[in-house]
Amino acid sequence: MPEKIFDYFIKGEKSKWEVVIGLEVHAQVLSKSKLFSSSSTKFGAEPNTQVSLVDSAFPGMLPVINQFCIEQSVKTGLGLKAKINLYSVFDRKNYFYADLPQGYQISQYKYPIVGEGEVTLDMPYGTKKIGIERLHLEQDAGKSIHDLDPENSLIDLNRSGVALMEIVSKPDLRSPNEVNVYVKKLRSIMRYLGTCDGNMQEGSLRADVNVSVRKVGEKQFGTRCEIKNLNSIKFMQMAIEHEAKRQVELLENNKRIDQETRLFDANNNTTRSMRSKEDAHDYRYFPDPDLLPLRLEQSLIDKLKKQLPELPDEKKERFIKEHNLSAYEANILVSEKEISDYYEEVVKKSDKKLASNWLTGDLFAVLNKNNLSISQFPISANNLSLLINMISSGKISGRIAKEVFELMQKKNENPEKIVETKGLLQQSDPKELEKIIINVISNNKDKVEQYKSGKEKLFSFFVGQVMKLSGGKANPQLVNKILKNKLK
Amino acid sequence: MTDLSNSTLVDLIKGIKKKDFTSEEVTKSFIKNSEKSDKLNTYITKCFDQALISAKKFDKKKDHKGLLSGVPIAVKDLFCTKDVKTTAGSKILNNFVPTYESTVTKKLWSEGAFLLGKLNCDEFAMGSSNETSFFGNVTNPFGDKLVPGGSSGGSASALAANLTPATIGTDTGGSIRQPASFTGTVGLKPTYGRCSRWGIVAFASSLDQAGPMTKTVEDCALLLQCISGYDPNDSTSIDIKVDNFSSDLTEKVKGLTIGIPKEYRIENMPVEIDELWKKGINFLKDAGVIIKDISLPHTMYALPAYYIVAPAEASSNLARYDGVKYGHRSKGKNLIEMYENTRSEGFGDEVKRRILIGTYVLSSGYYEAYYLKAQKVRQLIKQDFDNSFKSVDAILTPSTPSSSFKMGEKEGDPVSMYLNDIFTVPVNLAGLPAISVPSGYDKKKLPLGLQLIGKPFDEQTILNLSLALQKRINFKRNVKIWWK
Repeated sequence: MPEKIFDYFIKGEKSKWEVVIGLEVHAQVLSKSKLFSSSSTKFGAEPNTQVSLVDSAFPGMLPVINQFCIEQSVKTGLGLKAKINLYSVFDRKNYFYADLPQGYQISQYKYPIVGEGEVTLDMPYGTKKIGIERLHLEQDAGKSIHDLDPENSLIDLNRSGVALMEIVSKPDLRSPNEVNVYVKKLRSIMRYLGTCDGNMQEGSLRADVNVSVRKVGEKQFGTRCEIKNLNSIKFMQMAIEHEAKRQVELLENNKRIDQETRLFDANNNTTRSMRSKEDAHDYRYFPDPDLLPLRLEQSLIDKLKKQLPELPDEKKERFIKEHNLSAYEANILVSEKEISDYYEEVVKKSDKKLASNWLTGDLFAVLNKNNLSISQFPISANNLSLLINMISSGKISGRIAKEVFELMQKKNENPEKIVETKGLLQQSDPKELEKIIINVISNNKDKVEQYKSGKEKLFSFFVGQVMKLSGGKANPQLVNKILKNKLK
Repeated sequence: MTDLSNSTLVDLIKGIKKKDFTSEEVTKSFIKNSEKSDKLNTYITKCFDQALISAKKFDKKKDHKGLLSGVPIAVKDLFCTKDVKTTAGSKILNNFVPTYESTVTKKLWSEGAFLLGKLNCDEFAMGSSNETSFFGNVTNPFGDKLVPGGSSGGSASALAANLTPATIGTDTGGSIRQPASFTGTVGLKPTYGRCSRWGIVAFASSLDQAGPMTKTVEDCALLLQCISGYDPNDSTSIDIKVDNFSSDLTEKVKGLTIGIPKEYRIENMPVEIDELWKKGINFLKDAGVIIKDISLPHTMYALPAYYIVAPAEASSNLARYDGVKYGHRSKGKNLIEMYENTRSEGFGDEVKRRILIGTYVLSSGYYEAYYLKAQKVRQLIKQDFDNSFKSVDAILTPSTPSSSFKMGEKEGDPVSMYLNDIFTVPVNLAGLPAISVPSGYDKKKLPLGLQLIGKPFDEQTILNLSLALQKRINFKRNVKIWWK
């Protein structure tokens, strides 16, 4: 693939601007129970049915750390090639809100569980490493519902206390598309690890986006604005684009950017100020006296490291090396764990290159067209490998294969059976093919003359006629060979 | 029949086991006293009917298992008790009935005791005189208009007035030991992490500990044993073996070394207290103890550090009382106004003062100068003790710089009130165990206590030393019943 050049800039009236972006991704830890209580984290339960005395902050209730959530965040840290801190501290972030029962959120401030790491992005202009600043654990708040009752706000505490990993990137991202690829890569890594389901519709993955702009070539960062709580990649991209333009406009008109927190309004695609730096909350962080500092054993980290599954980057390398795939193909196949699992299942019994072609071509086309995920795809990996084998053994042609592929989607039928019952087996008997070819030649004497006098383009006409007469089943390679002989 | 309410906890349990008397008789005697005690204002919630039912049920049982079998016990109203109103002495929890039982009280009931009632205390345990309770002052049985100390003032008064055979309080900066000293009773603050804090309304999480308040050292050892132990629900409780404090209790303390810290000789301390201290030293010498002068150089910084750390934690711990989920709620046009009205009406002045101080010292720009510095001081204070304990087994000091004072005497002068905790606060900052033993009277005929401070998890040594003191001092609690 030819390498393109990075070209995302905002063109103002006066200059060309570069956009600088940093992300704080809030990823819900995949765990059965909450960070400090045994309540269930299952999505979609009736309001306030998954709330313990701890989650609702009754007097005298105390948090007890969920060891599984700790291990999940260590795993995630390892997946981000990050430093795992053997010593970390839980702090209280104090603020009042109706859906924050304790009046503080337990989070990690000065001493997060995971330190610096990196994520590699495959961009059309080459690979790019995005720095990870830190990952810390914190509790989620409950949910306030303001539009169900005309008089009151309602509170659902089911989410209250659910474990979140806040993954803070360095300001290394430069375009909405890089943000898109970065979030997808993060999600992919966590899904490979089984540490976050990455389900954005259910709120398992949200992000706050920090945006600033600077003239191309400038070294200093501009003043940034933070856009809070974006729950889809599309919104992140829209918000960034709008916010960058807003900032450029201000700067080109010699106005100042105020460091502030803004909210994105998807209805009219704008951001608006939520609070300025002066009005910023003073969260009065201090170490939670109900929890001792978290001390991890190196042996635990070593153990978790050994248990790590193969991650997308390594899998990609392996596909390139061992399966002879192009970087582009490998990248697509490893982007989602389920897809790579499916691919690996298919290639257990069939040709790797053909399998890759079928997955990235026809199969993806079906998924995209019908908006399906691979787990919803009707054809089993085993049946697809049977189909591929029939192609590579010459039993059916590629064209017939596409036909069979269509039929298989209806009820995941065995392709061999379809070919048999529909009589689609490839015609590879030279004698039979010769008969058809002689027939075609004798019926098109004028074209044969033209061909022989130099109009070689007509060759495909003859092939087409043969295929037509054979009902599409003729082996194209054999047809080519015999035709060439006969037309000499 | 002798008045059972005069007996010690140990004697009552023995008597019930030997069937000298029944649990019902015991319970009735304390209920009788309690019913006539309204002037002392010790109870916030009385559970007398239920206690009698429990006693009768107990008497019908054949085997009387448990270390506390058949005794009614009233507890400080800071312990959450299932289906029994728990107020923490505050209007904001005036209507709060927990659906759960604190670990410490659960342990009492599992040893065969049952709840007699919930005892008055300073609001959220913030106070040294029991004058900050929403439910009014508690009076010291040693005299009308006298404070019982605080914050476990209701517990101390009830105990001294024979309204309960024993009780448990909580101690964040002296809230068990100071009222014990003011009422001529024994009060012990265990090592931080010895007892579970689960289900205790929190004041300052890194300092709070539940502890026994009793008439004698023997009772104290028994009750401590019952409430101690690791609790997986409290991440700060420590998984360490609980000794058999009661059966290991001995007055044989010969050869132990006791430290006398020179920094506890403060200016303007009443002569009687200095004399009492000397008396204590002599008694311990008599028991074969070696006396050693020691220095705890950072003592003078303990009180200021405490009044930063404790309010800081309190300001955060009390944020949950916002009118949203339980407790008192005032009306408001919007959420913020509802918060403001609820907390303005629900909290008393002292609690508000400490929330304000705590919020201030944690605020950005002040955090380093106050909270962080206070934590450093705390480390130094702990180091002082660690160093001393290399050469001594325990430390002897007065429990308080004065005896009980008149209600209202320190009103409007919070600093003078805070000074009451000057001898008790360093112990909480260092997380150590300490006990106050009734040791004599001042010239106003008010009781005074001596404090023994021990090494972490070495409650046994201070209990043994206390027993040796108790035997030699032979303290008589001269309470005249004036309130009936």
